[in-house]
Amino acid sequence: MALMNMVQAINTTLKEEMERDESVVILGEDVGTDGGVFRLTEGLLAKFGPERVIDTPLAEAGIVGTSIGMAMNGLRPIAEVQFMGFSYLALNQMICHAARMRNRTRGRLSVPMVLRMPYGAGVKALEHHSESTEALYCQIPGLKVVVPSTPLEAKGLLTSAIRDPDPVVFLEPTRSYRMLKEEVPEGEYLIPLSQARKVQDGKDVTVIGWGAMMPLIQKAVDSLRGKVSCDVLDLRTLSPADWKAVIASVKDTGRAVVVQEAPRSFGVGAEIVARINEKALLSLEAPVERVTAPDVTVPLPKGEDYYYISPDRIIKAIMRTASY
Amino acid sequence: MLTDDYHPLKGKRLEVLKADGSVVKELDPKLDDATLLSIYRTMVLTRLADDKAVKLQRQGRLGAYPPTKGQEASQIGPAVAMEKDDWTVWAFRELGNLIHRGVPLWRLYLYWMGNEEGSNYVEGQRITPSAVPVGSQIPHSVGIAYAARSRKERTAVVCYFGDGGTSEGEFHEGLNFAGVWKTPNVFICQNNQWAISVPRSRQTAADTIAQKAIAYGFPGIQVDGNDVLAMYIATNEALERARNGEGPTLIESYTYRMGDHTTSDDATRYRLEKELEEWAQKDPIKRFRTYLVNRGLWDDAKETALNEELAAFVEEAVKKAEAYPRPTLEDTFKFTYEKMPEELEEQLAALRDDLGKEG
Repeated sequence: MALMNMVQAINTTLKEEMERDESVVILGEDVGTDGGVFRLTEGLLAKFGPERVIDTPLAEAGIVGTSIGMAMNGLRPIAEVQFMGFSYLALNQMICHAARMRNRTRGRLSVPMVLRMPYGAGVKALEHHSESTEALYCQIPGLKVVVPSTPLEAKGLLTSAIRDPDPVVFLEPTRSYRMLKEEVPEGEYLIPLSQARKVQDGKDVTVIGWGAMMPLIQKAVDSLRGKVSCDVLDLRTLSPADWKAVIASVKDTGRAVVVQEAPRSFGVGAEIVARINEKALLSLEAPVERVTAPDVTVPLPKGEDYYYISPDRIIKAIMRTASY
Repeated sequence: MLTDDYHPLKGKRLEVLKADGSVVKELDPKLDDATLLSIYRTMVLTRLADDKAVKLQRQGRLGAYPPTKGQEASQIGPAVAMEKDDWTVWAFRELGNLIHRGVPLWRLYLYWMGNEEGSNYVEGQRITPSAVPVGSQIPHSVGIAYAARSRKERTAVVCYFGDGGTSEGEFHEGLNFAGVWKTPNVFICQNNQWAISVPRSRQTAADTIAQKAIAYGFPGIQVDGNDVLAMYIATNEALERARNGEGPTLIESYTYRMGDHTTSDDATRYRLEKELEEWAQKDPIKRFRTYLVNRGLWDDAKETALNEELAAFVEEAVKKAEAYPRPTLEDTFKFTYEKMPEELEEQLAALRDDLGKEG
């Protein structure tokens, strides 16, 4: 065990998986000499050489498109895009090819690749550096979408993502990269995809979140300790999600709050509410609340505090739901 | 090197087989008779299979289909130069290359009839499925080539696209990556003069498409795409370079789409009959036949026999494709992921219930 932040946990995972499997390669902008703009790939070029840690030309569709080709021909590429807001250039590749190659060839060809990128606001960044558009990827059959919330989680989930036979979009919460350190085991550590994590047991209200929302949720439920007992779920894999865990919890508590960093409409939160509606409606004691960003463009740093979810907003939503 | 002798900025186009069926002696690849006859065979088969696909579409037995008539040399010449372990990454108008490389014709019909099994070629066959979003397959070919090299294979990747495709960003990104990485790629642009209704002159202000290679730092060459021997020698040289670790090549196959863009298109809306007539004079099959006749390898009796044999072969392929079972409801679910997630299992069960016996 070693105390690590999320950057260190991901870096260690990449290194271990590259040692374990020669077919794993990393490609992206500045991933080599520079070690990545957030230093996620620090030291890997020196260890594995430029054939396996590839500084690419500056072109997202090129990075993802060539990764798809590599994956079809026996490699396991891990593509890094510097910020989620730049990944749209590669959407054509992800949607039209990565997601459907297995289906359209009836299993003859497949694309075992990971698309890694930091996502999310709350770090007072430049324009296009604060995106949380996970729902775009969740809408695409054939993709898996995974969001770790802690260093330990990042290690277990990334290991599974790299070994997964299908394309995985791995979203790393920028805000959580260096926020906290925790004990992370050395050597193999896997967390299965499509399994939610019960963060804490409670009986009054189910609170569901993922990624950068988890520390905010934790703050909120901690401050309500003794007043409202919260059953907290970290969804971890957004697609295909662990709906059983969501439904089981809501059936127990009868109340739920969904916390989503992204704008309100058409998001993962809406899907969660729909699932609860389909499978747990008769257990509900209150309408399911969504705490989300408004349907506006992410503000520049001076206005970000209006936009970014605070523990206080989560507390208010939990209280409204609990007292409904 | 051909790419020096026919450097794109010299304004020269590589031609081996002249319209009268004679050959430029110093460029003659001197293929043996059996190879020459196998080339002709695939050319005729491609033409017949293509005509048949259009007819089937008109009869409502096959979906929208992009006719390949006139581009047979552009597809088959490279196929002859390729080794079994090389890859073809194609767009959607490369029937001749696929047939020559051994993709069963009935599978290709099955694809255009609307069944995913049509892209499930022979096990181990190194051919990607068609790529409909124009140009998007180009980066794949570079990744495939990178992987081949990193696995120490001596294979190369032939990637096809059209003149329209060269306007896409993925053309630039793919060729740029290939140049930087020096991957074993052979890019073949089938410049058939039209991207649906937009002429080649409206795709790029460059004199040739071949010259774009120069900016990417590797050789390019413009080739008479209706000349199967020229396409063969150009590809052969490019493959050799790729296998020797000398990087990619861009081949512009200067050809012509004799048919419509697809069966949903009507080319009379935008192009002149006269242009079509001019290009008909340069028909790649007619030209190659004259060459074979001149060499004493071909005659009318052989022509009749081959046509009869291949027409019957095409009919058999149609029969086989039409007899192929429709996908089951489960088939439409089970290849989404390697293992069907619980969520999809539930959706499958629910849909099966809703559909009743149809499912």
